[in-house]
Order: sequence, then structure tokens, then C-alpha cells
Amino acid sequence: MSVRCGDRVLLSGVVFSARDAAHKRMVAALECGEPLPFDPAGQVIYYMGPSPAPPGRVIGAAGPTTSARMDVHAPALYEAGIKATIGKGPRSEAVRRAIVEHEALYLAAIGGAGALLSRCIKEAAVIAYAELGPEAVRRLVVENLPVIVVNDAHGDDLYEKARQGQAGARADEE
Amino acid sequence: MESVSIVRAEDVSKAVGDLYREINTHLRPDVLEALNEALAREESESAREILAALLENQDISREDGIPLCQDTGLAVAFVSMGDQVVLEGGTLQEAVDEGVRNAVAEQPLRASTVTDPLERRNAGDNTPAIVHLEHVRGDRLVIRLMAKGGGAENMGRLCMLTPGEGREGVVRVVVETVRDAGANACPPVIVGVGLGGDFETAPLLAKSALFRDMGQRHPEPALAELEAEILAQVNALGIGPQGFGGRTTALAVLIEQAPCHIASLPVAVNLACHSHRHGSVTLKGEQKRLAD
Repeated sequence: MSVRCGDRVLLSGVVFSARDAAHKRMVAALECGEPLPFDPAGQVIYYMGPSPAPPGRVIGAAGPTTSARMDVHAPALYEAGIKATIGKGPRSEAVRRAIVEHEALYLAAIGGAGALLSRCIKEAAVIAYAELGPEAVRRLVVENLPVIVVNDAHGDDLYEKARQGQAGARADEE
Repeated sequence: MESVSIVRAEDVSKAVGDLYREINTHLRPDVLEALNEALAREESESAREILAALLENQDISREDGIPLCQDTGLAVAFVSMGDQVVLEGGTLQEAVDEGVRNAVAEQPLRASTVTDPLERRNAGDNTPAIVHLEHVRGDRLVIRLMAKGGGAENMGRLCMLTPGEGREGVVRVVVETVRDAGANACPPVIVGVGLGGDFETAPLLAKSALFRDMGQRHPEPALAELEAEILAQVNALGIGPQGFGGRTTALAVLIEQAPCHIASLPVAVNLACHSHRHGSVTLKGEQKRLAD
């Protein structure tokens, strides 16, 4: 994989938003051998629960939530084929191992930049668990969503590098 | 008492609703100033980029009428009620909840309250708000309101230290809390510290401390010095904006203290994210003379 820890990437395409309550349900579905609300093969999950869309807008504020809360569920989803997750903050050892094992990625978006990130979302539709409100699963079409690679398939971790004072992010974008 | 000051519940609701919307879409002047100062101070490219994005985020929030952050927070109100104030037309909780409910529908803001911590059914309107009441002298009702996001709130801590651990213990607890919060609390954070009181007042002091304007030093020189010392140590951690390294892990450390038991030294730390959304409004009621 060409993308490495520290790379800044502009993401375009389809991502699925899911956070705490949706993860609980999705992993329960996997355990029962039931299908997920979307085919996870090669897909991206964005840990995000938006504020409602004001009139004339696709979505409200849409920044990342704390990824650590999804750590308990994330390995099963990487196992099911998820290629990348987007959130904020560090991941557990188990998640980092799953990322290496499945040659996947963990990406961070800027926490608290909900209005700015909202502009990168061009389409949004609830596809499952509508009763969860902001925690429902949404299919989003994003354009140039700015993210930074935290964990890559080589086992590198950007937060750890930052702690060791060597977090110079790689300048190349794609 | 010769007169009372009548405040209508509907005026409280209106004031709370307006304030809740305002703080969710506008950064405070002291936060803007602190972020700009941090931008000038940072040398790392990623830290500078993130701080610039946070400043741009507030411009977009104003332009698009979209909240600064999707987590529009629980509404936490600290209310000071003058002893001459009579609230007419409802309880304080009812009046605050009505304002919160309206703001959530009108802005719109995110429904982030679940009615039961284990069943986790979304209330849909962010009620009930968290309301703390203090009874003071005077004819005014002062409402300080904070929109408190879950990411930073989750990283708070209460430690019941022993008196022997003293000032050194306090510094250690605060620095460790910020270190362990790392990127989760959305740094650069604002650090509220409550010293003293008891098991429940220390966290209240910590949250209450967060309402102070960051440009104001603590009036007690010893505490102002303690704030500066902790801030220096926190910023030496190198966590930086969003945890990707840098000089700015916190924008301010704000302490409030209260008397405590001879056996205790409670220390509470309440963290606020970089957008630190809060504000206040003062309601002066209609004066009515009491009959002789």
C-alpha cells in the first residue's frame, strides 16, 4: 500500500458513518451471521454522528468522534473487510494489530472542525437504524475530505511518533 | 426587603435558547485570541495547519449557520439567583429545558442526550439540561451556559488526595489527566481545576472555573502562579493540537478553590475542547414594591 503513517490525504468517494450504538448493532449482526447494512468489503467507516442538516444543506456539522470507544468493535469490522476507519485519537493494541493483519488504515480528521468538514460532504442518506437519530448509519459521498494517516499496515502510529517528537507529517498528498 | 424582582420563565427560556445557539456557532473572543497566539507560537507544520483549520472552521460556521462541532454538547447552566428574584411561570429547570429544546429544533443542534445511561434511548431534544443553582444577594438572575461535548468531558478526573501530597500532588494529577486525555479531548484544551470542597464540590469547582475569561489571571497570586506552572508543564508534554505534536496542548489552566476537611485534598480536573463554547446572560426582572 502506498499510503503511509503521517501522510495527509484528501479523500473522495463513499464512506459510511457509524458510531457507538451502530457499532454495537453491526457487531451483533456479524456474530449472528446476519448481513451488515452495507457490504463492508473495501469500505470506509467514518466515526461521526452529524448535527441535523439546516434547510438547503446536505448535512450539519460532521467532524470525527473519539475512535477509542469503537476499539472493542473495530477488529471484527476490519476482519469483515473494512479497509479504513476515520476518527480522532489513538487506537488500542488490538485495533492496531487488526490494521496490520488486514493491511488496512486508520485515519484522523480534525476533531471539532465540524463546519469545515461538513462542506466536504456532498450527499448523505440514512441507510440503517434510523431510530438512533444522530447514531444512525449514513451513506456519505465525500469530496476532498482532509485526513491524516495515523496507523498503517506497517504498524506505525502517528500519535506515538508525536510523543517521541518525530511527527513531521509527510508533505505529499494524493 | 422592600421590593422583589420578577423574572418570567419564558424570558429565561428565550435567553437560554439564544445563548445555546450563539455559543454553538461563534467562538468567544478569548478563545479566538488564544488560538491566534498559539498559531503564532507553533513551529510544526501540522500544528499550524490544524490551528488555522480551527479558525477557518468558525468562519464557515458563521457563514453556513452550521454548528462549530457536530457534538453541540449537553447544555450545562450555572445560575446565580438574587435573593430578590421571584421566578414566575415555571421552575428554573422547566424554563432552561424549554430554551434548550427550542434551540435544538431551531438551529438545529444535535440530539446528544440519552434518557437512560444503560438503555440509551435518545431524548431527541437534549433535555434535561444540567442546572446548578446558587443563591446570592441582589435583584438579578445570571445564567452562565456551557455547551459541553462528550469527548473532552469523558477525560475528566476526580482524585481524593491526602493533604500530605500537597501542591506537588495537585500538579501531578492535573498534568497526568491532560497527558492521558491526549488527542481524545480535542486539544488544545482548556483545563478547569477544582481544589478542595468535598467529593461532589471539587468537580463543580472545576467546571465552574472553566467559565473564567482566559485573559484574566486568578486574583490570588499563589493560584495564578500555580496555573502558570501547570500550564507550562502541560505544554511541555508535546501533545500539541489534535495530538500530532506541538507546543500548544492547552490554552489555559483555570483553578477555583474552596475550604475542605482537615483530612482531605480533593482535586478535580474538567477539560474543555479547543472551541470552549460558553457564555452568560443577565436578566433583571421587573421591580415590584411589596405592600406594607
